[in-house]
Amino acid sequence: MTHTPRRTFLKSGLALGLVSAAAAAGLLKPARVLAAEWPKGAFESKKLEEAIQNLFGSAQATASGSIRIKAPLQAENGAVVPIAVTADLPNVQSIALLVEKNAQPLIANVNLSGAEGYFSARMKMNATSDVHVIVKSAGKLYSARQNIKVTVGGCGG
Amino acid sequence: MARQTRIRTKPQEGVTEVLVLVSHPMETGQRTDPKTKEKIPAHFIQKMTFTLNGKEIAVADLGIAVSKDPLVAIRVKGAKPGDKVKVAWSDNQGESGSEETTVG
Repeated sequence: MTHTPRRTFLKSGLALGLVSAAAAAGLLKPARVLAAEWPKGAFESKKLEEAIQNLFGSAQATASGSIRIKAPLQAENGAVVPIAVTADLPNVQSIALLVEKNAQPLIANVNLSGAEGYFSARMKMNATSDVHVIVKSAGKLYSARQNIKVTVGGCGG
Repeated sequence: MARQTRIRTKPQEGVTEVLVLVSHPMETGQRTDPKTKEKIPAHFIQKMTFTLNGKEIAVADLGIAVSKDPLVAIRVKGAKPGDKVKVAWSDNQGESGSEETTVG
């Protein structure tokens, strides 16, 4: 008698495993197709490292003094924080902006194919946080950061 | 609904800055309507493609944390007066827009 529940348990467990494997395979494919279009996984990542990993396939970035961040040290309105990034590195392929303490850290990523190593935008910040810039130059990742103090957060209603 | 897209170029010392401003709500999908208490669906620009004389020079992927009415700028070297700069954008709800200007 004691064997029957155990058998059923094992069987159901196996079936569950198969279903989730199938679901994973089925679900991952469209996600990958989308990634080539718009990096959904990276934008939906909740953690900084996870977002960088998702976007570049690696979270190893060397701190670089050649990346200049022009942003206020203190922002009164977190809904509109201007930022401009200049990367004085050879062959800049992309520039990504991330705010560490946002629910979804990745703000934007620009892929450059002829334009200079420069990108500027205005972003929303939930709270005082470090802003990270990741620059891909000649296949390598470089980073820079700056703390921005936010008086009123810009992510809530 | 057509949204206003504006593009402007600013040449300085051999480098031309391309500024783009789109009137767009950039709704995060995390806000609730204070009256109905219902979630406001996400509505934001995902892609902005910049071209110079028809050649793609930069593609920006934007997320929900880019501010309302996004103002985005890139720089390009060697653009001459008369060159055509174009931006095309598309959002997560299938809306799109584009605007073209001539480097002055």
